[in-house]
Amino acid sequence: MYKKDIYKIIANEPLTRDVWRMVLEGDTQWITHPGQFVNIELEGLYLRRPISICDWDDRSITLIYKVVGRGTEQMSRMAVGTTLDVLTGLGNGFNEAVECEKPLLVGGGVGVPPLYHLAKELIARGRKVSVVLGFNRADEVFYAEEFRALGAEVYVSTVDGSVGVKGFVTDAIAEAAIDFDYFYSCGPLPMLKALCGATKVDGELSFEERMGCGFGACMGCSCKTLTGNKRICKEGPVMKREEIIW
Amino acid sequence: MEKKFDLSVELCGVRLDNPVVPASGTFGFGREHNEFYDINVLGSISVKGTTREARFGNPTPRIAECRSGLINSVGLQNPGVDAVIEHELPELRKIFRKPIIANISGFSVEEYAECCAKMDKQEQVEILEVNVSCPNVHNGGMSFGTQPEMAAEVTRAVKAVTTKPVFIKLSPNVTDIVAIAKACEEAGADGICLINTLLGMRIDTLRRKPVIANKMGGFSGPAVFPVAVRMVYQVSKACHIPVMGCGGVESASDVIEMMMAGATAVQVGAANLKNPYACKEIIEALPAEMQRLGIESLRDIIGIID
Repeated sequence: MYKKDIYKIIANEPLTRDVWRMVLEGDTQWITHPGQFVNIELEGLYLRRPISICDWDDRSITLIYKVVGRGTEQMSRMAVGTTLDVLTGLGNGFNEAVECEKPLLVGGGVGVPPLYHLAKELIARGRKVSVVLGFNRADEVFYAEEFRALGAEVYVSTVDGSVGVKGFVTDAIAEAAIDFDYFYSCGPLPMLKALCGATKVDGELSFEERMGCGFGACMGCSCKTLTGNKRICKEGPVMKREEIIW
Repeated sequence: MEKKFDLSVELCGVRLDNPVVPASGTFGFGREHNEFYDINVLGSISVKGTTREARFGNPTPRIAECRSGLINSVGLQNPGVDAVIEHELPELRKIFRKPIIANISGFSVEEYAECCAKMDKQEQVEILEVNVSCPNVHNGGMSFGTQPEMAAEVTRAVKAVTTKPVFIKLSPNVTDIVAIAKACEEAGADGICLINTLLGMRIDTLRRKPVIANKMGGFSGPAVFPVAVRMVYQVSKACHIPVMGCGGVESASDVIEMMMAGATAVQVGAANLKNPYACKEIIEALPAEMQRLGIESLRDIIGIID
């Protein structure tokens, strides 16, 4: 189920040069799984902007977004106290209840945020959680400490080697010889593809697409899978690896 | 103290409680919006465009942001007419008790006729809306709707297989909309629906390529409203069959303006995507707007502009 409601910005600050964290206050009862997203109406833009949910509790939603265009640029200029019209509880999200002992969470860049509440849920279920976070450079890294504070084993890779393992997330997984029996991932398509190429373990991955409505009405974000046509916004954004057509 | 306002209209003998109808392609088969509100407040629903075969549609990205609107290039994704009849319509029946409008697309005259013949047998379908104008599909709907004789041929073929009212949904991407509407009327159309989307394009200047995978798509949203009002006006003046107005409607005031231009019913499209409650809010706002304008019955204002 999903819902449209008004939320108040209670925090909005930069984490890096172009990645921001915004905290909204309001009704969160429609959010049921980590990896779901919200769709935000912004003044002067026609379509809403879909942003993944990083974390939530009884009355707040944390969003982490990268400034990539007019919508997110506008969000970064919004003052605390501003209200937003938001659709919440969109998308299927990750299945945090999968039977596994040592899940691996792999995030690339702004694909990292939806894994945060997932890590919380998995640790609460007693899983031994490893997290690999991939970025381009040291000054782009965010949330490594937050994942560590949850009790996860955290590894970082950077393309230029300025912090952590030099290379991609797959290099960090190989170098640390991380032992895992399931994986969850969100990030750029080449990263998701490389990850699936590097492991035979079962897992689920979160995808992105340009959306019209965000709740399944317009068929703007359809994709083909081995289990039939899916809407990224409705039957996705999370897919099981075995249903993906690369 | 509350004055009674009459929102009902009649389209070729089909009575609608109010003139507000979600436009095909922006409302699926009703399920998604029904999670936000009880869709029985609507006048009717024009359901997702249906073709003979199942279609995945166009490659993604299919959507582009525009000033005051969006471009879509979905490409008539649908499960095919048989699956729509077997699965989608019965599911819709469970949540929507009123007459619906079946929207049919095709790539040949025979395909239009075959799909309409099947839809004709569905009790809940009370109006057939034949899309001769979708700009998204290569070798597809576009050509039918841009030539009066082709639009007329489709109209005749469809009329031959159904006794239900047939509305032809026209493309605005033509030189003379009146000539095409009149050709449809002469071929037996019971009504005209217009406008479909305007062919548009956006370019991602950073990546130096079109935003839409198919390069071009259909532009809709509030920016097209004046074009829609103009074409509804021209066609309703030139023809003697009812017009369903469509294009950029997003308020009760827009509905009334479209009806004054000549529309008997008014479809709401892109607004359903931006605001899932758009149709419900418009319907709820109509009585106050009628009061403000001194209108007792919406039927009294249809086509009142000279």
